[in-house]
Amino acid sequence: MQLLSAESWLAQLLNSTSLPDLFNALTSIQLGPVPLAIIHTLLIGAVFGLPAGVFIWAERKVSGRIQDRLGPTRTGGRFGWLQSLADGLKLIQKEDLAPSAADKALFFAAPTVVVVASFLAYMFLPFSDGWAAVGVDVGLFLILGLLALEVIGVILAGYSSGSKWALFGAMRESAQMVSYEIPMGICALIPIVLAGTLDLNEVVRLQVGSFADFRATGIPPFFNWFFFHPVGWLAFICYFVCATASCKRAPFDLAEAESELVAGFLTEYSGMRWSFFFLAEYASMFLVSGIAVSLFLGGWDDGFGIVHGLKENGQGLLGNLLGALIFTMKASKLVLVQIWVRWTLPRIRIDQVMETCLKYLIPIACALFLAATIYPLALAQTLGRPQLTPTKPLGDRTSISQNTDRPDSTQSVASKGVAE
Amino acid sequence: MSVALFWLFAILACGGAISVVLCQNVSRMAASLILCLASVAVLYFLLGADFVGATQLMVYVGGTVVLLIFGIMLTSSSPSHQLRTSPADGFLAAGIGVLFLAIVAFTIGGVDWAANSQKLAAAEPARQGQQQQDLSHGMTTRPLALALMGVRPDKPGAGGYLLPFEIVSVHLLVVLIGAAYLARTKRRVVENQ
Amino acid sequence: MEAVSLNSLLWVGAVLFVCGVICMTTKRNAIGVLIGVELVLNGANLNFVAFSRYSPLALDGQVAAIFVIVLAAAEAAVALAIAMNFYNCHLSIDVDRGDELHG
Repeated sequence: MQLLSAESWLAQLLNSTSLPDLFNALTSIQLGPVPLAIIHTLLIGAVFGLPAGVFIWAERKVSGRIQDRLGPTRTGGRFGWLQSLADGLKLIQKEDLAPSAADKALFFAAPTVVVVASFLAYMFLPFSDGWAAVGVDVGLFLILGLLALEVIGVILAGYSSGSKWALFGAMRESAQMVSYEIPMGICALIPIVLAGTLDLNEVVRLQVGSFADFRATGIPPFFNWFFFHPVGWLAFICYFVCATASCKRAPFDLAEAESELVAGFLTEYSGMRWSFFFLAEYASMFLVSGIAVSLFLGGWDDGFGIVHGLKENGQGLLGNLLGALIFTMKASKLVLVQIWVRWTLPRIRIDQVMETCLKYLIPIACALFLAATIYPLALAQTLGRPQLTPTKPLGDRTSISQNTDRPDSTQSVASKGVAE
Repeated sequence: MSVALFWLFAILACGGAISVVLCQNVSRMAASLILCLASVAVLYFLLGADFVGATQLMVYVGGTVVLLIFGIMLTSSSPSHQLRTSPADGFLAAGIGVLFLAIVAFTIGGVDWAANSQKLAAAEPARQGQQQQDLSHGMTTRPLALALMGVRPDKPGAGGYLLPFEIVSVHLLVVLIGAAYLARTKRRVVENQ
Repeated sequence: MEAVSLNSLLWVGAVLFVCGVICMTTKRNAIGVLIGVELVLNGANLNFVAFSRYSPLALDGQVAAIFVIVLAAAEAAVALAIAMNFYNCHLSIDVDRGDELHG
């Protein structure tokens, strides 16, 4: 343990850009891998648990307002913002029941599988520049793979319950989730093709524009976001529809169609295990919104070069904190849109759900993917540059990523050098 | 720490495989298979093969096993009805399995892998002197993608995999059509009965 | 991972492989046989990746592993379609009942 002077401690604190750096600076201790891993896990646990609490409260408030009610008003003051906590306390106290016809071991394992899958996916979400718990090369692919694991939890829950409602609900739900993963994956691949990397952190860095560019060209920096790419915004809409369906949210919430299926695969669950499914549902709503933000809406970028400017001027920590705030705000907005959609649109039939996916979304996603690959080539043929605006092409914006010092940036730059 | 993690997940993988053999209930078998495949994916990550690990999670655990569970759900006539192997067959299979394991273990122990690797390296004089990319820390996506496109920056002079890649993609298309066809004809048979 | 030897990885692969073979031979449920095939393929795959790490094989092993994973998914789809047809003919998934062709 090595204590630094206050001055250098502050300097280190302000210069730290990555999370491990930040912890090292805060504590003045060079942490080993195990304590760092524990800190990361606790942080992600907090980030994972918070959306569930906040968004369940938000959902009740929003639905109340849409239906001309007030929603929760008493618990924790005028706005009822402690309602989720109170609900959670109540659910923990409930008896842990399992039906006698159930396969006990699988019945108890299923909620854990769902929660662990969506918790693991949070490890690869970049909240700010370099602020992902695990920065890997295959980030997006891994997140999609881990989201695919949630289906297994759903099927196990339905099959092991020993109830026909649960079985029907699970069959519908898993068929829906497996089908919607295909167009969702293809749409998520479109920004990947434009950026040329699967690393979500790198994808966001390519979208960050600087204020200097703005002054030079007159084009606002947020036009770098893939949302403003001619194919990108269509891909974003398509992705968001699929993401809503794969989170089993309305209008695609067939598993919980109370009038016909009681509560789908959740029928036999109660208490804490039931709330695990909801924890995972709200967490994965935030997760898919976070992916959408990173892929299409510029991640931690504010759109006017403020975060980028702060980092350029040596205010790494401040820039990253602001970035994390912006990322969370953007993702929360998308979650609110999902809530808004749920309380506005009626539920559609199961055959309509499958038809929407197989007959419309998959062909649309494939066509968009083709368009995204052909578009730069066509422009290069006609205009002589791969995009409409006379700024630098997206793939060559590596100058931004070279400036910021990320632990493994040397490696990725090296591999780029090899590729060229 | 990675050594401890390796042993933990190696034991989980082996345990999952053994419980697949011992379980008589098909849904339990599928659950054990999930445990086994996920642990193998973690072993891939520990070996630095991050793309292969992600593929294992996405295609195997999220795709193939879900397909198997669908099959179990559609074919199980009643949950209580189980197909048991006779004890005699079980003992015979266990004996043969142990013998088989002994043969494989004999082979693993009998070969000097380090010397073999050195011989392999020495047998490729064209690539000596050129630095091979270190793949032990992951970052395999780009080299793998280039290898599938027929370029090998990680191992200059070696061949790429463009032709196998194309063959596999055509094969997948054929399988897609074939599986859809088989699943369709089945429904007509049911109606005739 | 430097401290873990190649042999221990090969051992894990061998255990998976042998378990898969036993599963394939003893299970009477067609889906059980399929699960055995998946175990065998995984044992082989683990060896591919282990060799890609510990020998000059480098990326070739990982490419082979990816091909195996993709082809295993294809194999599972076709085998499952066959199993469904079998179930529709016999109203059972017991592979011992598919013995009408032995004359």
